[in-house]
Amino acid sequence: MHRMGAVNGFEASRARVAPHADADTAPLLIPGHLDSLWFQVAGTVCNIRCAHCFISCSPTNHAFGFLSLEDVRRRLEESVPLGVREFYFTGGEPFLHPRIVEILALALEYGPTSVLTNGMLLKHRHLEPLAAAAAESPYSLEFRVSIDGFDAAGHDAIRGAGSFAAATQGVQLLLAHGFLPIVTAVQTWEPGEDPEVYAAFVAMLRGIGYHHPRIKLLPVLRIGAEAARSHGYVASERVTNAMMEGYDAERLLCASARIVTDRGVWVCPILLDAPEGNLGDDLAAAAGRSFRLSHAACSTCWLHGAICANPGTAALEAGARGAIEIGASNGSPG
Amino acid sequence: MSSPPAGPVAIFGGVYSNHLALAETLADARAAGAGAIYCLGDLGAFGPHPDRSCELLREAGVPVVQGNYDHSLGNDLDDCRCGYTDPRDNHFAALSYRYTYARTSPDHRAWMRTLPESLVIDIDGEQVLLCHGSPRRTNEFLWESTSSDGFLAWLLDRAGADALCVSHTGLPWARVLPDGRRVVNVGAIGRPANDGDPRVVYALLHPRGAGQRGGDGLGVEWRRVAYDHERLAREMEAEGLPEEFVETIGTGWWTTCLEVLPAKERARGRY
Repeated sequence: MHRMGAVNGFEASRARVAPHADADTAPLLIPGHLDSLWFQVAGTVCNIRCAHCFISCSPTNHAFGFLSLEDVRRRLEESVPLGVREFYFTGGEPFLHPRIVEILALALEYGPTSVLTNGMLLKHRHLEPLAAAAAESPYSLEFRVSIDGFDAAGHDAIRGAGSFAAATQGVQLLLAHGFLPIVTAVQTWEPGEDPEVYAAFVAMLRGIGYHHPRIKLLPVLRIGAEAARSHGYVASERVTNAMMEGYDAERLLCASARIVTDRGVWVCPILLDAPEGNLGDDLAAAAGRSFRLSHAACSTCWLHGAICANPGTAALEAGARGAIEIGASNGSPG
Repeated sequence: MSSPPAGPVAIFGGVYSNHLALAETLADARAAGAGAIYCLGDLGAFGPHPDRSCELLREAGVPVVQGNYDHSLGNDLDDCRCGYTDPRDNHFAALSYRYTYARTSPDHRAWMRTLPESLVIDIDGEQVLLCHGSPRRTNEFLWESTSSDGFLAWLLDRAGADALCVSHTGLPWARVLPDGRRVVNVGAIGRPANDGDPRVVYALLHPRGAGQRGGDGLGVEWRRVAYDHERLAREMEAEGLPEEFVETIGTGWWTTCLEVLPAKERARGRY
């Protein structure tokens, strides 16, 4: 691989892979620097029950609980000496958390903050103080709103009746408060339909007043509820030692991220249902722990790369880009 | 490592083949009494006649840090490694790269291959690290709104530097970390800073604590450079470069490569 340069001292902080002598044993990912700290702030509790949810969140799924404001504060403090670059808040649905506004405002004191929401519960009482906190902070507050179809039929088939109307109203409310949400859509349509679907998303968003929409497409993760909606992974869909040759290991989320839950630190936001994803309670130790890429969902992360990161945050080598982020075609004047 | 220069240090990046802005920047830096001038890379892209900027820089003897564009051109790679995924951004990036590669002489490309990835300069005992993107990756974006103090301190610790100067994003900003070390993104002189002003920006770095004309407590004096942007627009049109690029030169608002902008920076622009 043709690597671009770095100042001496950083080579040791790059993620790398230790292949296993046994070709059938998955390679070991040795993480690099902890760039992103995620928070499973709302546990697995959600106001809706999406057909494609990879951790089967629902109103009754209490496998993971809420993080308290003090939990979040402690982890933010721990993140400073670790040199964490940015924070992400997810669930479940973060806006079910009664203290989410305080939590996000607190995070903005420490660094760039993103929150992943279905947009349905957003209210003026959330967004007014968050707009003020974002204006006061030197850091960006990113809203990522999940919209899985460009019309009610497509979206509601995944997310339930009435959810499209509520989500698009959420986007409009964000716009009215000066936010530019990143609309994320899981690719539940047929492969090859991306250009048409993407164009339909742009048209829909412009139709609701989002003139230069930011859009990020996400791959389907065939675990959790999604395994029943479509189909799960087959045995051959695994990351092998050969697949890591010439591959930039920093594409993988676990190379530079960890997620805090009420049950400890997990390797990534995807593998919460995998017992091997639990890396203990010590954030600094968990950040440095290697992880065997043996889970089927690792093959999706391998294929697409940086699937959970915001645009513009992952600096990757040639041929190591996620092909999933189509972005907004927004520059054409008029 | 260089010896401390007399006077402030002029640091600019992102030339993007804007040879007219480059000539004005060099003249401005000299007129401002700069004791040394440095370029943080990305000589090509976007603008017309890439060889002209190379010639200006080499004739002036300006030390240049290698940008991702220079790395790609110098190593005959197939694209600029900006990492766009938006098909529209990629369309313009590919078009720009093909044009620039074809019109950059083999001699200049060979020179680009030899450029250092970083330089360390001494400003009154302060060890200032100069690089293009970030110290750990040439093509990493250090945006103001997505770089936490903790992360920047980690970069400086790892690099063993007192201060850091970068470019790559095209948007200028500066910050003093809680421990007193400073981080400066000098912006770009190849295209305006997405703020409706067609002038371009670079930084004059004064010693910390010196009588500062910048007035921001950082020892950074932002210099806005006017140049004949209408002439550049005519040259770009004559070269068949995209009208979207030409528009930016005239209006000061970015029309492409917007995907990578974080929320705060995006909200300040027109598109």
